[in-house]
Amino acid sequence: MDRIPILRMGAFLLVTIQVDLYDRLALTLESDLVQMVNKTGAKGVLIDISAVSIVDSFMGRIIGNIASMSRILDAATVVVGMQPAVAITLIELGLPLKGVHTALDMEKGMNLLKSMIHIPQEDDDQDLTTDDSIAE
Amino acid sequence: MLQKKKKSILELWMKNQLSDEGLREDLISNEELRSQSDELVTALVGNLSAENFSDLNSDEWSPVIEILGGIAITRARQGFSPRETGNFVFSLKEALLQVLQDEIKTDPMMLFQESMKISRIMDNLSVVTFETFIKGREEVILRQTDEITEISTPVIRVWTGILALPIIGTLDSARTQVVMENLLQEIVETGSSIAILDISGVPAVDSLVAQHLIKTVSATRLMGAECIISGIRPEIAQTVVHLGIDLSNIITKATLASALAYAFQVMRLEVRKVNSIQK
Repeated sequence: MDRIPILRMGAFLLVTIQVDLYDRLALTLESDLVQMVNKTGAKGVLIDISAVSIVDSFMGRIIGNIASMSRILDAATVVVGMQPAVAITLIELGLPLKGVHTALDMEKGMNLLKSMIHIPQEDDDQDLTTDDSIAE
Repeated sequence: MLQKKKKSILELWMKNQLSDEGLREDLISNEELRSQSDELVTALVGNLSAENFSDLNSDEWSPVIEILGGIAITRARQGFSPRETGNFVFSLKEALLQVLQDEIKTDPMMLFQESMKISRIMDNLSVVTFETFIKGREEVILRQTDEITEISTPVIRVWTGILALPIIGTLDSARTQVVMENLLQEIVETGSSIAILDISGVPAVDSLVAQHLIKTVSATRLMGAECIISGIRPEIAQTVVHLGIDLSNIITKATLASALAYAFQVMRLEVRKVNSIQK
């Protein structure tokens, strides 16, 4: 069965989705990722969805779920590279993905994660002052 | 009978048309007019028969109606007035009647009957022409509306990484869609992290417009950029609060300048005055 690879890079986990997600694949990814976060004690998860061109409400929910689960496990989730059409679809579906951090591309997402992880004790201040792409 | 007289009908019609004071030589040349007229008369005369005289829906008439429709639509696009288009058909009727009169001089009864028939047909044809003409005009209007929506949502690169989108005019769902698409596309292309939505040109903000604005802001956030709404006039602030719309999780600024200042602050940029101009 297909699996989406989860790469470890320092304190972060990298997930690059290169194929169009179908429901089973997404569910597998969800469980794999949570297992991986638990095993490696990762502080941040970076999900690149720049190759995903189609989403439905289920996919939106899965992405939201992954973010919430990672947060419970003390890892921040950043979704990067969302396509305009995907963003519009999610909004029209009424899924603004509150609580998910977003960035334009991999590089910006990485910087965002680093800024969140480096000074964990100031995480809350960070949210309010410098990092405004984070939803309150 | 009319078949034989085709030539004279055409000549007479052309004469009528050319003698008309309202002839628009600036819009259509004589040759073009003649070829149009010729085509129409040929089709008309060719398809006339005793049986289909009264029934305009029969198949024999479809080529005539097609030609007329084509002429009407071209005229609508070229900017002819309705009167000029109407006269085009009515002058043909006049020519037909005149030829008929010359032909049947002796029998007033028959002349009357034939005139009635011609009259009825030409009236029907002019109604068709008008319908098509108006349809053509509506198409023109529709196209213009589309063009206006397209050009009225420019996305401006104010600074590297900062986009501005001034919205002028009312925001409805269709427009929001265009605005959103343009903005998101531009964010991807330029890799901008801040977008400023300036609504100083929006005459009124009701709950629907606010809903659209919130949607745009959320979509921008999903893309990984930040959206600032600027240009909120005091009246708009009043209405928004009275309507109970919650804009608290959206960054709002009064002017485009303050929004830009905020954007600079976020991007850790600084604009300052230089003491002396270095040459």
